[in-house]
Amino acid sequence: MRRRILEKATVWFSWAAGLTLLASVAVLLCYLLAKGHEALSTGLIFGGTPPLRALLLQERVFDGLFPALAGTLLLIILSIAWAIPVGISTGIYLAEYADGRVKKALDAFFDVLAGIPSIVVGLFGFASAVFLHRHFSDRIGPCLLISSISLSFLVLPYLIRTTQAALEGIPGETRLTALALGATRVQNIFLVLIPRSLPGIMSGIVLAIGRCAEDTAVIMLTGAVASAGLPSSLLSQYEAVPFYIYYISSQYADPAELTSGYGASILLLMLCAVLFSAAYGIRKGLTHCTLYRA
Amino acid sequence: MKTVREIAAERTFLLSALASSSITVGILAFMVFMGLPLLHEGGFFAILGNAWDPYRGAYGIYPMIAGTAAVSLLGLAVAFPLSLGCSFLTAGIAPKPLRGVLRRFIELMTGIPTVIYGFVGIFLLVPIIREFFRDGSGMCVLTAALVLGVMISPTMTLFFRDAFDRIPRAYLNAADALGASRAQKLIHVMLPLAKKGMLNGVILALGRAVGDTLIALMLAGNSAQVPSSVMEPARTLTAHIALVIAADYESPEFRSIFACGVVLYLFTMALTFLVRYLAHGEDARI
Repeated sequence: MRRRILEKATVWFSWAAGLTLLASVAVLLCYLLAKGHEALSTGLIFGGTPPLRALLLQERVFDGLFPALAGTLLLIILSIAWAIPVGISTGIYLAEYADGRVKKALDAFFDVLAGIPSIVVGLFGFASAVFLHRHFSDRIGPCLLISSISLSFLVLPYLIRTTQAALEGIPGETRLTALALGATRVQNIFLVLIPRSLPGIMSGIVLAIGRCAEDTAVIMLTGAVASAGLPSSLLSQYEAVPFYIYYISSQYADPAELTSGYGASILLLMLCAVLFSAAYGIRKGLTHCTLYRA
Repeated sequence: MKTVREIAAERTFLLSALASSSITVGILAFMVFMGLPLLHEGGFFAILGNAWDPYRGAYGIYPMIAGTAAVSLLGLAVAFPLSLGCSFLTAGIAPKPLRGVLRRFIELMTGIPTVIYGFVGIFLLVPIIREFFRDGSGMCVLTAALVLGVMISPTMTLFFRDAFDRIPRAYLNAADALGASRAQKLIHVMLPLAKKGMLNGVILALGRAVGDTLIALMLAGNSAQVPSSVMEPARTLTAHIALVIAADYESPEFRSIFACGVVLYLFTMALTFLVRYLAHGEDARI
């Protein structure tokens, strides 16, 4: 009889917990939509400026999200550009060359790297900027370049792990066929193994893009500011969507600004939803072990 | 017989691996280097144990350590039952067609940016807490922990599911053959077998809770004192770094954030190694 009660209780408890979690996320989404839906228009992005002129950089946008969106986009492109070559080559090394102790040691390093809180990576970026400023050039400070390099450190473990997992998942026969036909090791990697594991690698890249788009802790330390307009060079400060949301939450001056904060949240949420479903869609068996960092 | 191209390619791969692993070491080394003057002034343990009172020249980070512990442990306490229930649902309690949908949904939830949790927390949960308890501003340990709990639950659920998925099929078939109900199978077969993997999930989620910046920064109130109840504001190590960053670069305040950075780094590193150790033991058992 007591067992019966335990089993009943487990079932009830599970449903209660599941519904609580789903309900809290549903409340979050509905609240955002209810408060922010009226802000969703081209005005949210371009303010009073004609969209085409803003896109062609003929006119500066003052009261819209355009500079923040452009900043986020640039940040993503740069960080990914730094991280992809290093991350994928490291993944290849781990999967195809390293073995024994070397592999164990490298594994440990990347596990630690994946676990470092993003604010610590941001602090590292900030401190490097201060260091460079003092010892090399006055022109270097927290800027787009520093931010994108710090972010690339943050997403490096994703790329390494997804590449490694994709390569290691290739069955042994496929691995040996080209070698048996006389291909060299490098030919085998570039002509057989990489094309075979492209979906896995792609999903890693998409996830990395998602992380770059949503991360706030790193950029708030390394050069994102509330109003900078479009960044003029790699060494200038910039605006970004997540930082804008954070800034609005504490510094909003009037209800209109707050509404645009809700609008920005919806935009960011949609962007991340698209990226994450793309990543999971590209590779169904994707492990979330690479995803646990805050 | 290796051609030049073969060797060049191999060297490039090796070099990338070395470069990316040196980042791990480099971050720690650089932070220790930047925080070093602080060590000369008072010793490492003095910084860890002292109160934060800049006007009296005390730059200890003890209140921030206590704040981090309070927010993240309470957040974990919120997340654990939620994740346990959700993982039970997707592992067998819910009807079969629903499980996949639920799991897909939970996977998507891991992608919600933390800044959005913080943003909604400020404008939705903070007023509720303020009205409900009629005590303080509503920005307190409890608020941050509730939101943090919801934020880490999806990831924790997926880790629990992983632990369930690793159970050998034969055990489950045996339970089915003996006529166990779904709940019975879960309680008497799956839970005991998945215990270790679930512990791993909890540790990883703790790492995530400790490392989170935005939720604590936006919702915990940021007062640099040891909170004496969950209704009081607190400042976490991560929030401390974000708040002090604008100070003068030579000041002891500024140096203290590197102590925070080192503590965060070493703590998450310890968790990582704990997980690796536990996972290693598990591999050996099966």
